Amino acid sequence: MSPDENTPAETPGTGATARLKVEGWSPGEDVIEVQRSPDPGAARGTWRAFRETARGLKTTLARVVEGTSTIQYPEEKVPVYPRFRGRHKLHRFEDVGGEGPDSAQAGLEKCVGCSLCAAACPADCIRVVAAENTPENRVSAGERYAAVYEINLSRCIFCGYCEVACPFDAITMGHDYELSDYDRSDLIFTKEMLLAEPLERTPLRSEGE
Amino acid sequence: MIALVGYYEPWWIQIIKGIVIFAVGLQLVPVVLIVERKLLGRFQGRYGPNRVGPYGAMQPLADILKLLTKEQFRPTTSVGFLFALAPIISILTAVAAFAIIPFGDTQDIFGTKVGLYGVDVSIGPLYVFAFAAIAFYGIMLGGWSSGSKYSFLGAMRGAAQLISYEVSQGLALVGVIMTAQTLSLTGIVHAQAGMWYFVPQFFGFLVFLVAGFAETNRAPFDLTEADAELVGGYNTEFGGGRFASYYFAEYLNVLVVAGITTTVFLGGWLLPFGIHPPGWVDPIVVLFKMSLVTFLFIWIRATLPRLRYDQLMSFGWKVLLPLATLNTLVTAILVVTTHS
Repeated sequence: MSPDENTPAETPGTGATARLKVEGWSPGEDVIEVQRSPDPGAARGTWRAFRETARGLKTTLARVVEGTSTIQYPEEKVPVYPRFRGRHKLHRFEDVGGEGPDSAQAGLEKCVGCSLCAAACPADCIRVVAAENTPENRVSAGERYAAVYEINLSRCIFCGYCEVACPFDAITMGHDYELSDYDRSDLIFTKEMLLAEPLERTPLRSEGE
Repeated sequence: MIALVGYYEPWWIQIIKGIVIFAVGLQLVPVVLIVERKLLGRFQGRYGPNRVGPYGAMQPLADILKLLTKEQFRPTTSVGFLFALAPIISILTAVAAFAIIPFGDTQDIFGTKVGLYGVDVSIGPLYVFAFAAIAFYGIMLGGWSSGSKYSFLGAMRGAAQLISYEVSQGLALVGVIMTAQTLSLTGIVHAQAGMWYFVPQFFGFLVFLVAGFAETNRAPFDLTEADAELVGGYNTEFGGGRFASYYFAEYLNVLVVAGITTTVFLGGWLLPFGIHPPGWVDPIVVLFKMSLVTFLFIWIRATLPRLRYDQLMSFGWKVLLPLATLNTLVTAILVVTTHS
C-alpha cells in the first residue's frame, strides 16, 4: 500500500479532512461514514417536530375510528380453520336410511379396536383394549371393537398421527380447543366422551377469512 | 379586579363550598381514571376495562377498594415519618389548587350571592403555581424517603423538571395577565368576553399546555415515573392507600391544569357567538371544556413516546423558555402601545 492511498480521496460531502490520522495506521475499510441529514435549524426543526407530532396524533385517532380488534374471548370464540387439530372425536356410521349394507351399519362405531392409532401416537397417550363383537352385542362394523378407548389429553400433542393411522376414519381431530380442567384425571377422555358430540361447537373460519 | 368580587360570603357558604369542591374533585378523578383507560384502549385498538359494572364503569371503584385494603408497608431503608407525609402533601396541594378553578359566575341562589368557585383569590395564577411548587415536595420527599435508588432518581428528575418547566409556564400566563389587567381568575374570564385568549395568546396557550404536561408528570414528560427505566420512579416503594393518594393527586393535577387552561385560555364558562345561557349552565360549560383538555392529555399520552432526559431539558430551556419570553415581550409592547 503506497502512502498515497492512506490519504482518502477527496469526495465531496464525506468530511474526509476530519478523519483522525494516526502514524503508521491506515483506517482503510474500517471507517464507516455516518450519513446524517443536515441540521434543520431551530425554525425548521420545530416545524418538523410539530408536523411529526400531528402525524402521530392522526395515527392514534385513526385507531379510534377504525374500531377495536379485540375478541371478547369467553363470550366470543376465535374461529378455527377447517383443518385445525383440536380435541379428538370418535365416529359412528351415519344413518343413511333405506336398505342395503350401509344402512345395516348405521349407528355402529367405526373403530374396530386395531390399536394402530396407539402405535402411531408419539406421545403414547392412547390406550385401546379390544374385545370381540358377538351377534348379541354388536358394537362396531368389524370383528372386534374397542372395549376401552382412552385418550390422555394432558399428554396429547395434537399431532394428528392417530387420524392418519386410522384405516377406518374412526378417529379425527375435532375443533374443540377449550380443554382446561381442574384435575388431571378429568383430562383422560373415555370412549363415551369422545363419541359424544361436543356441547359447544367451535366456530369455523369461513373460506378466505 | 377586586370590584368584581365586591361581596362577602357567609362562613357557612364557605364551608359548604369547601365540601362540595372536595366532593366534586373526588367524583371527577375516578371518572377521569376510567375514561383514560377506556380511551387508551381505543387508541390502541382494544376496548379497555369492560368487565366491572356496565361498560367497566365500576373499574376505578374496584381499583381503589383493592388498593385501600392492601397492607401498609415500607422498606427498612425508608424514613417513616416523611414516607407517610409525602403522599399527604401531594393530595393536599392538588385539592387546594382545585379550589380556585371557577366553575361559573357569581350566582344568586335563594337570595344569597354564591360564587361557583372555592375562592376567588386576587393572586389567581400565583396561587396555582405556589401549590404546584409545593406539590413537588410530595414527589421529592416521597422519592427521597423511600431509601431506594429508583425512587430517588425519579425524585431528582422531578425536581429538575419543575425548575425547567415552571418558569415557562409562569411566563406563558404573564401575557394573559397583562392583557386582562387582572390576576383574578374570574376577572380573566370576564376579560375574555370578546375573544378567548387562546387566539391572541396562541403561543402562550401552547407553552402553557406543553409545560402543563411536564408539571403533571404525564407522557411524554413522565420521566419521574418512567416505568421502563425506573420501575415506578418516586412511587416505586409505595403501595396500598399511599399509592392511591399519589395516583389521585396525579389525576387531580391533570384536572387542575385542564381547569386553569379552560379558565385562562378557553374562556371559562363563556360560550361563543354571544350566547348567554342561564347561570346553572356555567359549570356544565366549564366541565365540557375541561374534558376536552383532558381528552387532549390522554390523546397525547397515547401518541408520543417518552422524551430522553437531555431532550426534556433542552426542550424546556431552549424552546419553551425563549418562546414564552418572546410572547411576554411582544404582548407587553402591544399592551403598552394600544392602551396608551
